[in-house]
Amino acid sequence: MKVLVAVKRVVDYNVKVRVKADNSGVDLANVKMSMNPFCEIAVEEAVRLKEKGVATEIVAVTVGPTAAQEQLRTALALGADRAVLVESADELNSLAIAKLLKAVVDKEQPQLVILGKQAIDSDNNQTGQMLAALSGYAQGTFASEVNVEGDRVKVTREIDGGLQTVDLKLPAIVTTDLRLNEPRYASLPNIMKAKKKPLETLKPEDLGVSTSSTLSTVKVEAPAGRSAGIKVKTVDELVDKLKNEAKVI
Amino acid sequence: MTILVIAEHNNAELNAATLNTVAAAQAIGGDIEVLVAGAGCAAVADAAAKVAGVSKVLLADNAAYANQLPENISLLIAELGKGYSHILAAASTNGKNYLPRVAALLDVDQISEIIAVESADTFKRPIYAGNAIATVKSDAAIKVITVRATGFDAVAAEGGNAAVEAVASAQDAGVSAFVGEELAKSDRPELAGAKIVVSGGRGMQNGDNFQLLYGLADKLGAAVGASRAAVDAGFVPNDMQVGQTGKIVAPSLYIAVGISGAIQHLAGMKDSKVIVAINKDEEAPIFQVADYGLVADLFEAVPEMASKV
Repeated sequence: MKVLVAVKRVVDYNVKVRVKADNSGVDLANVKMSMNPFCEIAVEEAVRLKEKGVATEIVAVTVGPTAAQEQLRTALALGADRAVLVESADELNSLAIAKLLKAVVDKEQPQLVILGKQAIDSDNNQTGQMLAALSGYAQGTFASEVNVEGDRVKVTREIDGGLQTVDLKLPAIVTTDLRLNEPRYASLPNIMKAKKKPLETLKPEDLGVSTSSTLSTVKVEAPAGRSAGIKVKTVDELVDKLKNEAKVI
Repeated sequence: MTILVIAEHNNAELNAATLNTVAAAQAIGGDIEVLVAGAGCAAVADAAAKVAGVSKVLLADNAAYANQLPENISLLIAELGKGYSHILAAASTNGKNYLPRVAALLDVDQISEIIAVESADTFKRPIYAGNAIATVKSDAAIKVITVRATGFDAVAAEGGNAAVEAVASAQDAGVSAFVGEELAKSDRPELAGAKIVVSGGRGMQNGDNFQLLYGLADKLGAAVGASRAAVDAGFVPNDMQVGQTGKIVAPSLYIAVGISGAIQHLAGMKDSKVIVAINKDEEAPIFQVADYGLVADLFEAVPEMASKV
């Protein structure tokens, strides 16, 4: 079966972001960009499905600027067979991205679509669920285990109280949580090979999708700071402070 | 303007996060109605009817909604939601699961995890794991929003007297089935709502050593949490994780034991009223946010503290 994996180019998770002085957003100039960590887990899961003989073809897709080709090449180096870039210089909201991905799903007809549960920049946690709704597919979000069995997939999900397992009809959407797998690193020969793999570029207009949004960002600020308090020397002093100064116990 | 709040529950009890969500609805202003969708959940509807500030409760009691399967419940909410100005749900794993589906079905953007209401169409929400706070404005006819519970003080669970109205609609998409759940059972308070939280990190060294924290927690009536490092190392299950990708908590007292204080952990607890850090590494970043820091060996300090509180 064909597996579609959606990835996003984001600020590298090791970068400490800074809010711009004019409060228009965070400063992305000269900042290292990478594949969103949850998307790396999604690519890894697709590659493992192929290694198990469940998946026959992996298509990686992203919606983003021209430079997002880098993240698609990473996906190709990790084991995707080909890639699709839906090129848009604008920063799009989750609904617009879900609509573009739905158009790609219609074109590619995958049995399984794997996405990260959220991107570490906007922290929306929406795209997979929205894509599932637009496609009329079932969804297994926050997955910690994925088992394809015939024309269904069993997904174990990380929920507030523990774990939940659901049984979904294929085609279906899966979004990844942290403990689904541990992504591999791309080997140098695979990075070289990835340069020759096919990468198709589409525009939102080609897919007949409007990317307009009802949401606008008014401003972006740094969070209220929290300053370091005091160091106590002993447990007695700590208990005393908590009882008599902070009055929390 | 009428706001629809989706109740968080397990068919038996109304989850406290619903009270914080109603508080967010009050901050927006207007009539507040609560939808209880589940199976055999009439008791939850009765509890929701007593919540302060609620004017009506809709009860959709049907087998299709028994396990809050998002494929089914999103169809119900999208159908009912058309008549409302706002649809709000708690930013729980459950709310995050079905509400984006609702937004897509209604063809509107969703606003995730708001922590403050500026006006009926403008909200604040954390981005970049809480390293920045965005103020966003929505022009959508129906504003679909998940609410971070720690951003809003809960309304009173008692004092209201709303009518309960049954909703006949039975939406079954027929594409998904519930198989089972493994829920952690504990006599301690729930992490998300606890007044005091004691959390352990990689410094705990193994799962057995968490007994030390349970001992302290039981003396304090506290919930026990963990950092991602402790969960990834297999010390404790994932439902104990506090952090950007785990639970967001804001108790009156947060005691971080053997936790270095990675950004992703701080994102989950830095709104706590008082933070205590116990760590033998005095350079650990956790001390930069702690009100009281104790540089000590946790294996000595925690039992000593448990004996003195």
